[in-house]
Amino acid sequence: MIKIEKVQHNYPKGLSLKFPDWEIGDMEQWLLLGASGSGKSTLLNHISGLLKPSKGKVFIEQTDIYSLGNKKMDRFRGQHIGIVFQRPHLIRSLSVLENLEIVASMAGTAVDKKRNLALLAELGLETKANIYPDQLSQGQLQRVSVARALVNKPDLLIADEPTSSLDNDNAERVLKMLSSQASNHGAALIIATHDNRVRSHISKTYTL
Amino acid sequence: MNILKISYKNLSRNRLTSILNIILVAFGIGILSILFLASTQIGNKLERNAKDIDLVVGAKGSPLQLILSSIYHIDFPTGNIPAKDAYELMRNPLVKRAVPLALGDNYDGYRIVGTDTTFLGMYGLQIDKGKFWSKDLEATIGNTVAIEAKLKVGDRFFGAHGLSGNSDLHKQHAYVVSGILKPQGNVTDNLILTNIGSVYKMHEAEDEHEKHGKNNESKEINDKELTSILIQYRSPMSVVLFPRMVNQSTNMQAASPAMESARLFSLIGVGVDTLQWFAILIMAISALSVFISLYNSMKEKKYDLAIMRCLGASKSKLFFLVMLEGLLITVIGTILGLLVGHFALEVIGSGQESSQARLTGLFFVMDELYLVVAGLLIGVVAGLIPALQTYRVDIADTLTKDR
Repeated sequence: MIKIEKVQHNYPKGLSLKFPDWEIGDMEQWLLLGASGSGKSTLLNHISGLLKPSKGKVFIEQTDIYSLGNKKMDRFRGQHIGIVFQRPHLIRSLSVLENLEIVASMAGTAVDKKRNLALLAELGLETKANIYPDQLSQGQLQRVSVARALVNKPDLLIADEPTSSLDNDNAERVLKMLSSQASNHGAALIIATHDNRVRSHISKTYTL
Repeated sequence: MNILKISYKNLSRNRLTSILNIILVAFGIGILSILFLASTQIGNKLERNAKDIDLVVGAKGSPLQLILSSIYHIDFPTGNIPAKDAYELMRNPLVKRAVPLALGDNYDGYRIVGTDTTFLGMYGLQIDKGKFWSKDLEATIGNTVAIEAKLKVGDRFFGAHGLSGNSDLHKQHAYVVSGILKPQGNVTDNLILTNIGSVYKMHEAEDEHEKHGKNNESKEINDKELTSILIQYRSPMSVVLFPRMVNQSTNMQAASPAMESARLFSLIGVGVDTLQWFAILIMAISALSVFISLYNSMKEKKYDLAIMRCLGASKSKLFFLVMLEGLLITVIGTILGLLVGHFALEVIGSGQESSQARLTGLFFVMDELYLVVAGLLIGVVAGLIPALQTYRVDIADTLTKDR
């Protein structure tokens, strides 16, 4: 369960943004809607433990994540939150499989090669395991980054504008994939978007 | 998938830059290791061979040449001295021990030294197999000679005139190996020892030899010549008196090994110093080059690092990741440099003609540990600033900008 309480972010120029409280139950799937510049990314950074809010608290599984020390927080993030970035950035010097393996070692958990290969297979990438990122298409990269987000069996899967650069067909496919992968792996899902095509897939919305 | 592997992967992505950096480090370390090894070995050899010898008396000429030829058996002798004068000098009360030397022949590049039993005492020689020479044409050979020339006790060989090469063989007399010395770790390992009479015998004309028959040694010596005498003083007072006496009152010259080796070292020292600074300069450049490569790659790696932070890596982990890249390069470069240094010295050694001064790569000195430390330091220094940058990377900001 994820909960944000009275979270507020102060921008350097004196502007501040208050976010409404939000409670996300286990395995719930949510849309985070808002126009560009409305603070979606900032809120996602708060939730994922990347950016400490100026005020308020973020709970993940009853843990107040900003009360953890820096190192603990990094580890906590690695183990409980999977993030799919808008642009699927993989580490270029590592092969697809290694990009999955690095997740476990960064979060301090054991590498489970079988599971990693199974993840790739689920996303139709079983033949790409030993290929380097620069040889993959944009769509394939995105699927690898979804697989990467799922490696540590996160409680929460966050996707930031996953469809913005995709055509209708591909956007549809990515949304279905995110939604099914999240429920298959027992994770809650937040998709931040300003893309109206997404709305038809997920009913729960949190609007900024 | 640990951070060592990630560092390695990052380096192998920029393969050419990494190789260039490794070569730079290896080059600097290699030159320094060659310098350390060679100067230590040469110094050791000079010291060990001249251990108990206070003075060398020989024909007039270059004192350095006299020392080199009589103690280190490298250069040519300065000429001969009358045996009569020499023996007179050897009986001087200032002299504790005097060793006569008759040089001029070789077998397969190993110098044949005509001397007497005082030589054994001077160098503290011990026999390994067989016995010391006891009559003309018997030879006791150094351990290295026995191994490299494959000579055993009882074998015969012909000496050749000159100090290297075997074009001018003394065919009329063959030496018999009477014994093999224990390894001494000094120049005597590479020598063939015999009595002075044998050396004379080689050089007398065919008919003269018939005439003399089996003359005893002392009689022969009276009208013969020696190459030089090695002298050990009886008391420190001799240092002042004896050389002056030799140089002023006889037709011979006295040369001090300590002074001449010091002079030799000061001559090659300039070259060594220059090379040393050159190597240090190369190491500084390599440090700069490693630093620049790491610093530049930080720009494109910033996003990688942010991603890794997202995936749960702590700042300190990424700090070590970047440090490790610098260290990997310098450690590989250091190991490579040491290998190259030793290998190069072995190659130089095997190409050297005079076996007495041969350098070997299978030799290690403590100074090499300093090189390893220097290699690590270069890695740390070059990696520190780029690695500290990882602390400044604002992940949220970096990731958001590209979102």
